[in-house]
Amino acid sequence: MAVLKTETLPVRSTDDIVHVRQVTRQWAVQMGLSLVDQTKLVTAASELARNTVTYGGGGEVILEALNDINRRGVRLTFTDQGPGIPDITLALKDGYTTGGGMGLGLGGSKRLVNEFDIVSHAGEGTRVCITKWK
Amino acid sequence: MEHIPILKLGDFLLVSIQVDMHDRLALTLQDDLTEQIVKTRARGVLIDISSLEIVDSFMGRMLGNIAEMATLLDAKTVVVGMQPAVAITLVELGLSLKGVRTALNVEKGMALLQNEHAPGESHYGRPED
Repeated sequence: MAVLKTETLPVRSTDDIVHVRQVTRQWAVQMGLSLVDQTKLVTAASELARNTVTYGGGGEVILEALNDINRRGVRLTFTDQGPGIPDITLALKDGYTTGGGMGLGLGGSKRLVNEFDIVSHAGEGTRVCITKWK
Repeated sequence: MEHIPILKLGDFLLVSIQVDMHDRLALTLQDDLTEQIVKTRARGVLIDISSLEIVDSFMGRMLGNIAEMATLLDAKTVVVGMQPAVAITLVELGLSLKGVRTALNVEKGMALLQNEHAPGESHYGRPED
């Protein structure tokens, strides 16, 4: 699998969330994702970027344009050095929240993409990696 | 500070969201709308989201909050113009926007609001001749 290009963006403020959405949209268009898939990926990016800002105390996202043997896609990796998630299974459940939101961010994002990977250690931060294929 | 314009149209308030909303702008709209409902004694609020390319859980919650606040202030809310891709995404995200009424476009949304406030449909029945 080849990485066609990569870019790192800060995810520290709510303005950054908007910027992440816009750049994600551009990349999704460039990789030929359908309008529905673009919308799903951008929505997932918005949820995860907000998690990074709200719960992770800010961090960054790495965007990658991917070219597999017969498919293309976009991968986003959000990392923060926040408090981490003690119970990932619980955090992925719909309706579970510690931040006063609706608790749909993590579980919802997972449903919107093709690949979803989360690693988190208490006190060390969280890394969430999502991929949407064409 | 940045604001989304709120237009008054008869008994109703009309909001068209034309920009990619950041969180602060969404919260400002919530405050502005509730204030305007009281100030103008509006009976209904119509929110056009046809320019919105995504609605995430934060914006969904904001729309739900506006509808709920408006109800408390005796005004109905209709959200119109949702793009099909946004509707598909919202359902998969798990957000059903309960309590938020929707219509396909501004025209249908206005008709919905107007029907609910048609004269002579008072809860107290028709006035005596």
